[in-house]
Amino acid sequence: MKKIEAVVRHFKLEDVKNALTDQGIHGMTVAEVRGFGRQKGHTEMYRGTEYAVDFVPKVKVEVVCSDANLNTVIETILKTAQTGQIGDGKIFVTNLEESIRIRTGEKGEEAL
Amino acid sequence: MSLRRLSLQVCALSIVLLSSACLAVAQEGGDAEGESLTVSARLEAVEATAEAAALAGHNAWMLTSTALVLFMTVPGLAMFYSGLVRKKNVLSVMMQCLFLMGVMTVVWALWGYSLAFGGDHPYVGNGDYLFMQNVQQSWDDTANAPELPMEGAIPRLTHMLFQGMFFIITPALICGAFAERMKFSTMTVFMILWGTFVYCPLCHWVWDGGILAFVKTGAEGPGVAGGALDFAGGTVVHISSGVSALICALLIGRRLGFGTEDLRPHNLTYTVLGTGMLWVGWFGFNAGSELASDGLTSSAFAVTHFSAAAGTIAWAGTEWLTRGKPSLLGAASGAVAGLVCITPAAGFVQPMPAILMGLAGGIVCFIACGTIKAKFGYDDSLDAFGIHGIGGTLGAVLTGVFATRACWDIDNGQKLGLIEGETRVFVGQLVAVGITWIFAIVATFVLLKVLDVTMGLRVSQQDENKGLDLSQHGEEGYIFS
Repeated sequence: MKKIEAVVRHFKLEDVKNALTDQGIHGMTVAEVRGFGRQKGHTEMYRGTEYAVDFVPKVKVEVVCSDANLNTVIETILKTAQTGQIGDGKIFVTNLEESIRIRTGEKGEEAL
Repeated sequence: MSLRRLSLQVCALSIVLLSSACLAVAQEGGDAEGESLTVSARLEAVEATAEAAALAGHNAWMLTSTALVLFMTVPGLAMFYSGLVRKKNVLSVMMQCLFLMGVMTVVWALWGYSLAFGGDHPYVGNGDYLFMQNVQQSWDDTANAPELPMEGAIPRLTHMLFQGMFFIITPALICGAFAERMKFSTMTVFMILWGTFVYCPLCHWVWDGGILAFVKTGAEGPGVAGGALDFAGGTVVHISSGVSALICALLIGRRLGFGTEDLRPHNLTYTVLGTGMLWVGWFGFNAGSELASDGLTSSAFAVTHFSAAAGTIAWAGTEWLTRGKPSLLGAASGAVAGLVCITPAAGFVQPMPAILMGLAGGIVCFIACGTIKAKFGYDDSLDAFGIHGIGGTLGAVLTGVFATRACWDIDNGQKLGLIEGETRVFVGQLVAVGITWIFAIVATFVLLKVLDVTMGLRVSQQDENKGLDLSQHGEEGYIFS
């Protein structure tokens, strides 16, 4: 099993979700996050005082899938979240040891 | 058939109706003779009816104004200010406003009103109204009825309440300077002392025949340089609180992380809601300061509104021109700056000068809060000095420029402002501004120094990092679960 964490733009979340669902991905976890990469932050001005805002708001999508589905998931996210501009985000993949459905106690890919 | 004749007829008819109504009342009242009342008795009854009607009108407006001014502190100022701090301090600012509402009211009832409005000594009030004596109703043995003390056109109780709301908001304005770092206990003691030793004397000087009160041409009076025109509190409220705020900011020092950490306002939506409440409340503040409901009340209402509108455009517009974007905080700040600027002038200037004053207030306060504050590096956290100190001073000076006898003929037909070609009012304004600045600086400095030694002004670094909500009040503002 793999865990895919994709940091994407807010307005792409809906597209990513719909595309993944179409590919048979049945669940995901989403969180509001802030961070920075190559995309520079911006400045804000309050009554003449300037503040540099380095952490840019993004949304993080967590998906767990079988090894076989990994490429499909990555392709799908790439295709839907991409705008070509700096700030599109990143995808991180890690190996996942176990997953368990709490209601039934099922384990492994059965629990996805 | 002229309109004039018609109106004469209507007049005559109403007099007949009114007097017969009075006659009926008098007869019901137990006139044993029953038949004819003398003309003078009828006149007396008519006069009494007219007086009662006028009192009802004045008092209704003044009680409404009183409530409007209270509304300016909480929720108005509480929201305006609390939106500007970080979220860990949102409750502390609201608490300062609300708690001051309680504390200052009690102080006002016990001794504040008496110190401010008792007697006619040039420097201090007396004890005439201590504990509300001679303010509350009393039993009159000779008349065998309750007696209601009056102050001009309204009951003294109404006057006391209306002025008491100013006694609440003025110290609350200062809270903007030391937000996010002052000890709550010290703040409370400071405000009680400040209200007693700074606000009450100033209020007495300006509005109760003291050394800053306006003196008519040719008349004798204690007013220095002829005294000042201050309709609703340019010197008493805004300069006093704004200048004291600057001293607070200087003596307490900057917030931890000033200039390095992210000190952005946590919720400007609050600030805008607060702005709207302040704007509305200000109608009571300024138009209510006529202490009656008449033509000048309307004039003060109109100029208040116009100046606020012009201030909104001016501040946001200046940002738009110089920085490319008009900000909402700029519009909100500009509205308040315009309102502050027109406050001393509300009863003395015409609508078009009011627009000019609002524009000037917006632009000058924009510069004060941006450029000047940055240059000197003091941390007047929510710009109490930049808006109230600077805006109040500008307003007091411009009152000397634009005041006209066409609004309020306060000087028996003599001309008033520079715009009418008279200089004495302008000079009086400058002198009053100077005296108010010096008095507020010295008195606030002394009070804070004493409190610094005895109680300490600031919370510990640890408490400041934790946030005042938790460290001073044991609560959090936002628990979304």
